[in-house]
Formats: sequence, C-alpha cells, structure tokens
Amino acid sequence: MSTGHTNIPASTRPAAIETRDLTIDFAGFRAVDGVNLRIEEGSIHALIGPNGAGKTTCFSLITKFLVPTSGQILLRGKDVTRLSAAQIAEQGVVRSFQISAIFPDMSVVENVCVALQKRSGRIYQFWKNEQSLADLEVLAEPILEEVGLLQYRNLRAGLLPYGRKRALELATTLALDPQVLLLDEPMAGMSPEDVGRVTELIRRIRVGRTILMVEHNLSVVAGLCDRITVLARGKVLAEGDYKTVSQNPTVKEAYIGADHD
Amino acid sequence: MSNTQLNIISEPDVAAIPDVETPSRESHAHFRWMFIALALALLVIPAFVYPVFLMKVMCFALFAVAFNLLLGSCGLLSLGHAAFFGAGGYLTAHAALVWKLPTEVAVLLGTVSALALGFVVGALAIRRHGIYLTMITLALAQLVYFVAMQAPFTGAEDGIQNVPRGTLFNIIDLKNDVNLYYVVATVFFVCVLAVYRLLYSPVGRVLRAIQGNEARAISLGFNVNRYKLAIFMTSAALSGLAGSMKAIVFQIASLVDVHISTSGEVVLMTLIGGVGTLFGPILGAMVVVMSQNYLAGFGEWVVFIQGLIFVLSVLMFRDGIVGVISKKIGRPL
Repeated sequence: MSTGHTNIPASTRPAAIETRDLTIDFAGFRAVDGVNLRIEEGSIHALIGPNGAGKTTCFSLITKFLVPTSGQILLRGKDVTRLSAAQIAEQGVVRSFQISAIFPDMSVVENVCVALQKRSGRIYQFWKNEQSLADLEVLAEPILEEVGLLQYRNLRAGLLPYGRKRALELATTLALDPQVLLLDEPMAGMSPEDVGRVTELIRRIRVGRTILMVEHNLSVVAGLCDRITVLARGKVLAEGDYKTVSQNPTVKEAYIGADHD
Repeated sequence: MSNTQLNIISEPDVAAIPDVETPSRESHAHFRWMFIALALALLVIPAFVYPVFLMKVMCFALFAVAFNLLLGSCGLLSLGHAAFFGAGGYLTAHAALVWKLPTEVAVLLGTVSALALGFVVGALAIRRHGIYLTMITLALAQLVYFVAMQAPFTGAEDGIQNVPRGTLFNIIDLKNDVNLYYVVATVFFVCVLAVYRLLYSPVGRVLRAIQGNEARAISLGFNVNRYKLAIFMTSAALSGLAGSMKAIVFQIASLVDVHISTSGEVVLMTLIGGVGTLFGPILGAMVVVMSQNYLAGFGEWVVFIQGLIFVLSVLMFRDGIVGVISKKIGRPL
C-alpha cells in the first residue's frame, strides 16, 4: 500500500489522531474501555469488530458527539478532549453517519453549499439576501461532478435513491476539505458494483488526507486500508495490517464466536 | 461528462427519480408583491374597520409571527411564550405609568426585558430536545405567572391599569386611535419584513440545515446551540414587543397576558395559519381574534368553539390555511 511515507519508520510519523485510554460509561455499561488508537497521518485506518464492539461509539467520542468518561484525544499531538463537536469539525475532523446524513428538504447543490458556506465563514449574516450565497454554487459543481451528481443538482435531496444520498453526503464532507475523515460504514447497504465505485472514490480522495473508517466488508478493508484495529466489547483486540489481523486467532474467535452467539 | 468522473451509483437513473425540483430563486419574487399588498392594506383598512380592533389583531399577529419564528425555523415548540408577551406588557405598563418614561422608551424597555428573559429561558431550554424542551418553557412560564401574581408592582388580579399612551417622540399624540394605529402598523410591518429577511438570509439557510438534520449540521462545524439561542431570544424579544404594544393600546397589563391560555392561543393561531409560513401566523391571529370578538355573545362557550376550530383545522388541513395554499401553488408564502 503506497501512502507516500513508506520509507519512514511508522513510529516516527506524526499521528493525525491519537486516543489514550479512551473510556465511556453508559449507566454502568462500559461501551468503550481504555482504547488506545494511533491513526497515522495520511493513512487509511479501519475499525472493525462484531456488532456492539464500540466502533461507532469510538467515532462519536473522537468527534465529541459523546463526552468520554475518561481518557484523552489528541489531534496532531494537541489535546482536543475538551473541545465541542462543532469545534472538532472546525479543526478539520469531519465524520459521516451510518444513516445517510443529508439535508432532505434542500436541493442537491444546496446541500454541498451548506458546507461551502461554513468554510467561507458567511454563517452569521442575517441581514443579507440568501442569494448572496449563489457564488458558492460554482464551487459546488466540480465536487458534485466528481461523485456523479451534477445532473441532479436542483433535485430535492430527499428524493435521491439511497446510494446517491451517500454520494451526496461524501460530496458535502469533501466540500469542507477536511484533513481527517471519519466514515461510518460508507458501503453499508450498497450493491457490489457500488462498493467498487465508492472504494475507488475513497482512493482518490485520500490524497493529503487521513481516513478512519468503520467497515464490515472485510474484502473492502483488505484492499483499501493500511492498518486495521479490531475492537471487541469496547477493547482493542488486535492491531496491524490485514494479514496480521486476519491470522490472529483471538480475532477469528471473536468474529466466529460473536456470529454463533 | 468526463472519463474521470466516477458515477457512484448503478441504481435507478433520472427517469426513475420523481421530477420534483426545489423552488428556484425566481419563486421568491412574489414576496415583494405580498409585502406591497400588505402595506397598502395596512394603509387603507382603518378607514373601514375600528382601529383598536386592528391593533389588537396586529399585536397578536406579531406575537404569532415571533412564536412561529421559533417553531417554524428551528422546530422548537415553546408552551411558555406568554411569559415574554406578558413580561413585555408589564414592564412597559410599569415604566409608562410609574416611572413616567416616554412611550417609546417604555416599549423598548419591555422588549429588552423579554429579550433578557428569553436568554434565561432559552439557555435552559435548548439544552434539551423535543417534549423536554417544551416542558421547560412551560415550567418557567408558570414561574413568571406566579411572579406576576405575587410581585408588588404588577397589581395581582387588577393588573396595571390606566397606562398612559403618551406621545411618540413628543410629536405624535398617541391618545388618538388613528395615530396610534399607524405607529403600531409601522412597527408590525417592519418586524414582519425583518423576520422575512432573516428567514431567507444565509442564517436562514443554516437554520433550514439544522432543522433538516441537526447532527449533520454539527458535524459540519456549525455551533447549533448558538443559532437556537439567538432565534429563541429574537422570538422572545418580538413577543415582548407585541405585548408591550398591546399594553399601550389597551392601557392595561393583566394576568391574562402571562397566563398559559395565551401560550396556547398563540400555538392555535400558528397552527391554523400554517407553521413555517410567513403569512400563516398573521392570518391565524386574524381568525382567532375575530372569532373571539364575533363569538363574544356565546360567553364561556367561546373557549369550546375555539377548541372545536382547533381540532377541525388540525384534522382537515394539518399544514394550516396558508400552508395548504402554499403547497397548491408550489411557492413559499
């Protein structure tokens, strides 16, 4: 896997995201239990594990949609544990959701423009006409073209079929030009051909970015991700590249064991 | 289309997607005509209708527009808006009667007090969602009602009576109903115009995004609570302004204005007219105030008839009168 850093030893590369003993309790239930993650700058890192392993909870903790009970989150070495969800996003860490997250009553192009509006900083202007945002549409169009949605630019986003909603969500995320993307099951519910297309798109957008993704589809993970962390019952079970992880006996047991529970 | 373009989806193509486009920008041009029509109507109508009645309608219409700003653009249902309406009224009445402040200063004071109260209630309420938020507004409004009943300056059951109307800027004599009418009409018109501007501004776009998908708006970096609080305070201030004007028009501030029934009435007005429409709450306020006046002969039965209207309107047209028309013609109203 070419990440552009292959000749530098892993330990000296700066970590885009690092968690230290990340823990959260929900009324006595420890959903995430002392997780230490190290997502290297420029890598694609996968978070896998059986249902209920705490993958999405990890996402929510890193993006501060949930507040950790204890532990630390570092962004390029800087402690961001106390920032709010919006502030984390402003630091260039943008997440996607399991259920396609779009603005259903807006047109396709307006969806992307909301992200561009945030980037342009014109977010508190209440005295101006909304039409003053029209210039953003010029910037939105190439992004829509990249994900194959340009022909639907004026369609109400809620009317798009499922797969295209996910494409729109990616386009909106890309419009923010985030340095770190957290994709929560980006291929869930897609047909095999669509999975191939999204995989290709992720390969294209990874340039200059760090990607952390939750994914169930192991063949996708194998071909796309540089590093894999396996979670089970809120703890890190194993970590390494695909080969290491897939041959790890405890991982096999956790997966098969969970499936046969 | 270029070769490099990734067509992500092999799902149904254009033909399968319903051909419904979002309204284009031109579809907003009609608002200009609606505002011109509103201005003309406000100008000539006192020649035909009793001005005090019209002022009552406008005070409640502004109140409903303010309430709808919160419900329609943020999806936040407050059951305590009478607190702002009433607080504005009490403060204005007290300032004009006891402190003998000029009318415009008294009204401003009433508005600012509602704004401040809106900050307190809003800051507490927006920490929760849905029914919990509504219950917080209800509880705090009951607190305000209790204060209005017990505080030494509110006159308990009697309210504050004989509030002087005064003169505006020491020039316009407000004791004259027609003069006062045009002042109230001007304030009303400017406020509705301002709400329109806000709803269709860059901020309005963000509000629609927040209402469409709050978690997504947060993940894009928007400080959602800041928007909610700002709209809550704006809504409270406009409600307070409406209550302040009502106190000047009727020369009284009373317990009815802070009572929960007034909070319910503004919900009724907004629902009858159409939540999320600009002109719906105005029409809804007209319908409710008119029904109160014309049905006054039925005495206590007015409440029953109002309840009936409410149930029927929710059953028959859930989008409200203006909401239904807006959907028919495919334009926002």
